[in-house]
Amino acid sequence: MEFDHILIRYGEMALKGKNIKQFINQLQQNVQQKIKEFPGVKVKRTQGRMFVLLNGNDPKAVMEKCKNVFGTQSLSLAVKVENDVEKIKEAALYALNNGENIHKFKVTVKRINKDFPVRSQEMNQVLGGHLLTNTDGITVDVHHPDVEVKVEIRNEATYITSSVVPGLGGLPVGTSGKSLLLLSGGIDSPVAGFLSMKRGVEIEAIHFHSPPYTSERSKQKVLDLAKQLTKYGKSIKVHIVPFTKLQQEIFREMPDAYAMTIMRRMMFRISEKVCEQESILSLTTGENLGQVASQTMESMHTINEVTNYPIIRPLVTMDKQEVIELSHEIGTYETSILPYEDCCTIFVPKSPKTKPKRDKVNYYESTHDFTASIQEAVNGIETIKITDKKDPTETFHDLL
Amino acid sequence: MIYLDNSATTKPDPAVLESFNQVSRQYYGNPSSIHQFGGTAEKLLITAKKQAAEILQVEKEELIFTSGGTEGNNMAIKGVALEHQNRGKHIITSEIEHPSVFEACESLKKLGFEITYLPVNDKGVISISDLKAAIRDDTILISIMHVNNEIGSIQPIEEIGAIAGNYPKLFFHVDDVQGLGKVPLDLKKSGIDLCTYSGHKIHGLKGTGMLYVNKRTKLFPLFHGGSQESALRSGTENLAGIVAMVKALRLIKEKEKNEIAKMYEMQQFIMNEVKAIDGVNMNTPEEAAPHIVNISVPGIKPEVIIHMLGEQNIFISTKSACSSKLKDESKVLAACGFQADRTTSALRISLSYDNTMEEIKTFIGALKSAISEFKKALE
Repeated sequence: MEFDHILIRYGEMALKGKNIKQFINQLQQNVQQKIKEFPGVKVKRTQGRMFVLLNGNDPKAVMEKCKNVFGTQSLSLAVKVENDVEKIKEAALYALNNGENIHKFKVTVKRINKDFPVRSQEMNQVLGGHLLTNTDGITVDVHHPDVEVKVEIRNEATYITSSVVPGLGGLPVGTSGKSLLLLSGGIDSPVAGFLSMKRGVEIEAIHFHSPPYTSERSKQKVLDLAKQLTKYGKSIKVHIVPFTKLQQEIFREMPDAYAMTIMRRMMFRISEKVCEQESILSLTTGENLGQVASQTMESMHTINEVTNYPIIRPLVTMDKQEVIELSHEIGTYETSILPYEDCCTIFVPKSPKTKPKRDKVNYYESTHDFTASIQEAVNGIETIKITDKKDPTETFHDLL
Repeated sequence: MIYLDNSATTKPDPAVLESFNQVSRQYYGNPSSIHQFGGTAEKLLITAKKQAAEILQVEKEELIFTSGGTEGNNMAIKGVALEHQNRGKHIITSEIEHPSVFEACESLKKLGFEITYLPVNDKGVISISDLKAAIRDDTILISIMHVNNEIGSIQPIEEIGAIAGNYPKLFFHVDDVQGLGKVPLDLKKSGIDLCTYSGHKIHGLKGTGMLYVNKRTKLFPLFHGGSQESALRSGTENLAGIVAMVKALRLIKEKEKNEIAKMYEMQQFIMNEVKAIDGVNMNTPEEAAPHIVNISVPGIKPEVIIHMLGEQNIFISTKSACSSKLKDESKVLAACGFQADRTTSALRISLSYDNTMEEIKTFIGALKSAISEFKKALE
């Protein structure tokens, strides 16, 4: 006997009103997309539930992929058997034995098919007895079980599940439009990307690259981070902006203390242009309050002036430690801490203004025309599409 | 040539050598150099580590590339001891460990550590109740090998891990140099904190190995310097050797899946044939790794048989190569409780996936005639 399908439960989505269909369709599509490498797996829906039919594939490997899809509340490996008492007993035992760290269990039988000869209550006892006699050191506890063995006797067949694996929650990516993530390579921005994806947002990323001050490796790092994010959503377009010239110009022409603020305003200006080209309606950043000198309310106020696009700042209320923990969980931390220069760590002024004022910045910017350099940066953008597939040219396949 | 000394070392796989060669020619940059050529080398290094981690089902940050089994064992044992000596200075290991574990533990006595050596039964297996009884408040490390290198006995690693798991102060190290690719071991499920691997036992090259160090385990490094390998093992990475080893790992894991039954069949054949020879003792227990058969022929110096077989280009060994130069008694067999005539006359036949049944049959024939010739000469 082996688990032959995965039951997917979706939580919050069920609360959505008339457009629920759209959410569920998107979830089904996203799950299907994630597991398409497994031959023959199918995502099906019947009567308000979603199933992945495993078709002989490794249950754990498929589960690993499915639980990383936003919109899943929880998942369970399940066995489908004929409506036959002996078969159900066997399957229930299998499901119980395949959980981990189980000491206490309970059985819940739902008899939807009223033609089934044994009533739910009686079936409960039959199964409970069978499980107790065929396991060691496991007891029944109806109040605080480690696992609930659920048996649903339906018209077409009986479904048995036991362990419940938590999903990522949130909404299916693709149901909340698109946002452009400013991806620097640090710890924060990938986490910000992850969190906006959690609300169903599909992301593209923009990265400011300043060769030769920043290296190929720092660019690769950003692509690697984007790749890690694709694990939780769709493929991600990364727009690499050649930033050197504009950056040099800012630091040459603008007062030292304001250069950082103006650089960030330039980033937003360029990002907005990319949004226009790509029909994206918002920006996402890893900005936070009070973490480092430039992340002050004044700074945010002054930088934000240059765009009226909504800016999603998922980390704004989080402590640094929370961000770090989350980056560990989503697997971006180890890449984020690789010590390569990024465009924000070069040309660091000696004493950047921590409370920049809008009028001052506007005055300084009016003394020099950046239009041509901004346009040049936008024109020079290189767009790379990152998918969650392994890239054969980068895996050194012939060597390993 | 019939090579049956695969527990000492294995023949490098030609595909592995090809990788070594190609990496040495094409990617000789230093992974720590910041130029692009170094960057490519670093990327190859990371890719290799990622692949090894996937195969072993661990995180890539949990693998440290080393120079082999001896280094891995030393790094694990001394690393834990030095880092955590404030918690306690007691280490538990067994009487049948490889010298790189035994001597590393002995060396720590000079720093005030106490070592408990758990005995084994006649099947070469420790007892769980002995282990439980040995754990003290100041115990910081349990180091037990997975598969014994002389007789092939398998320790109950999962059970040991479950016990170690009850003591949060305790680290659990496993020497899996002999088990890799032959006896599956689930690191996470077994509660292992540290696990040693060697490249040249799996058709990789000498001077390569890995140490698994799980995320909760902090070590005091043996090598300080340029902070390579998460600062646990400084020194420019042996990239070609590493890539070769990871390839060898992939290949042997595929074989473990598909050809392990064939190896057991060869082992069973040897055991049955050898048991039928008069005056030969079987030292390998019934439940053993598939690649090792250890026998004793009391009354005959093992060297004599080695040389007689050697004349026909058949190579087996006495005890493990690493302890062969010490005394003539096998410590492992002595620990199993065997008498001196048996512990001083041991022979080890160790297989690889490359061996064939035909070779095994030839070997058995040669062994039989060697023994009978020797006996005739005595009459």
